[in-house]
Amino acid sequence: MKNKRQRTDKSVRIFFFSVALASIAILFMIMIFLFMEGIPIFKKISIYDFIFGKYWYPTSSPPDFGIFPLILASIAVTLVSAAISIPLGVMTAIYLAELAHKRIAELIKPVVELLAALPSVVIGFFGMVIVAPFLQETFGIPTGLNLFNAALMLSFMSVPTICSISEDAIYSVPVALKEGSLALGATHWETLIRVIIPASISGISTAIILGMSRAIGETMVVLMVAGGAAMIPESLFDPVRPMPASIAAEMAEAPFRGDHYYALFATGIVLFLFTMLFNVIADHVVHKYRQTGEASL
Amino acid sequence: MIEEKSMLERSFERVHRRRKHLQRFIFMLFRTAALVNGAALIVVVAFITINGWKAITWDFLTQAPLQSMTKGGILPCIVGTLCLGIGAIVVALPIGVASAIYLNEYARPGRLLRLIRLGISNLAGVPSVVFGLFGLAFFVIWLKMGVSIIAGVLTLAALTLPVIIGSTEEALKSVPNTYREASLALGATRWQTIYRVVLPAALPGILTGAILGLSRAAGETAPIMFTAAVFYTPNLPASPFDKIMALPYHVYVLATAGTNIEATRPLQYGTSLVLIALVLGMNLAAIVWRARLRKKMK
Repeated sequence: MKNKRQRTDKSVRIFFFSVALASIAILFMIMIFLFMEGIPIFKKISIYDFIFGKYWYPTSSPPDFGIFPLILASIAVTLVSAAISIPLGVMTAIYLAELAHKRIAELIKPVVELLAALPSVVIGFFGMVIVAPFLQETFGIPTGLNLFNAALMLSFMSVPTICSISEDAIYSVPVALKEGSLALGATHWETLIRVIIPASISGISTAIILGMSRAIGETMVVLMVAGGAAMIPESLFDPVRPMPASIAAEMAEAPFRGDHYYALFATGIVLFLFTMLFNVIADHVVHKYRQTGEASL
Repeated sequence: MIEEKSMLERSFERVHRRRKHLQRFIFMLFRTAALVNGAALIVVVAFITINGWKAITWDFLTQAPLQSMTKGGILPCIVGTLCLGIGAIVVALPIGVASAIYLNEYARPGRLLRLIRLGISNLAGVPSVVFGLFGLAFFVIWLKMGVSIIAGVLTLAALTLPVIIGSTEEALKSVPNTYREASLALGATRWQTIYRVVLPAALPGILTGAILGLSRAAGETAPIMFTAAVFYTPNLPASPFDKIMALPYHVYVLATAGTNIEATRPLQYGTSLVLIALVLGMNLAAIVWRARLRKKMK
């Protein structure tokens, strides 16, 4: 026989379960509303022409809604920023987990956290007023607001992500592995590169994927420092217009439920799918190649 | 008689020295990488502080913008950002804590749990501008809230939810299992155990997470661009359906679209300084608090 207490307990459990579904519900709502407001553009233009169209002139008449330059800009900015942030983030993580004195590590970890907490608009502002003029003068280029500047500023955002997740992964490698390698006469560096990093590679990969996902979705930085030209970039110093920048800059002017408005939502769908892909891959890596002590080596 | 070292020994030594040198060089690189992080933070903060310091006056903090935002203060922005941040936490905290309680206290490993976790990590990865689009389509248009505080608050709440869930889970995990077992052994139900034993023990950790979530919400720009923030409004917010000004959006507008970008530079620096002081201050407080908690737990 169930008493009142047990019945309460059961209903509390059901309550918590339904609240826990909120995240999934929100995620679904985001998808539904993005698609609802984005799909109508495909009555005007085919999906192929939208994604691979080379011209983005949403306000000229007739307008061109090809987001290929925007997609390419997003990818280029993310890759260049990854080239900066992966070495920096992973190396810092190794330093923190393996080399640093405990006291120093406890000082640097909050620094990385604070770096992650810097509002993106401040980083964008910094890129505009300091880095842009500096680049312009140093390299003698027409504008300092370009692909390279944006990638550099994006690294600010992705290094902390890469660093903290990698550090956890490196830290959780069993000590026995390290000791075994050292006992065989390997130096600390050889132990790192041959034993510790291979043992934590799934965690490090996850970190890198999530860091890149953060970079591709970051808005304010690319809005303020990428230069804003919707062209296919040819050099590191070309101004570009990544997808988030385009959405943020144009939404205010796009006539409500006009083609431009729909096209921006459709761009949002593409962006959303990109980050979703990154996250699903990261999740897959975590679960498939999970470290289970020494056994996985 | 001096014993000659054998060829083998000498070559061993040479190799060993080379390995040591390589290690020293590479470790120096690692150290430099860590330093670059520190330097980056210091450079940005120092640069904003030095340039923004002069702009900070009593009037700047307590007045509304004047003369099409080229003079005056940023009071409406400060108030607006606090409204948005606190509102977002008020909405996200109960949902986040309840989700974390389910995940950590009730859920059993399985496909459903994995699905929920995948949902949370995907939500955490949604770009901020997409949250803005969602807020615009759902809260502003579909629910007819218009560009308003309430629409911005709900959008930011969706964005901070994963942060809250993550930090609450960490706080719940740090409560020793012996607490739960002792309570259950005394005949308490699961819910009584959570409510009377686990939650009080985890409360400081949960609040730390709430501060981090608040600072995250306060610093975001893209989600409020289409849902809550406007260039200029002369009045302080009076109802949740008012449009408002906010610090991050103010920085963006002044720096890119103001009437006179060069002339308002001091205001831009000043606003940035207030914003990072607010955000980094909250983070620092949370970090220090958490460090103390961890020490106590040990």
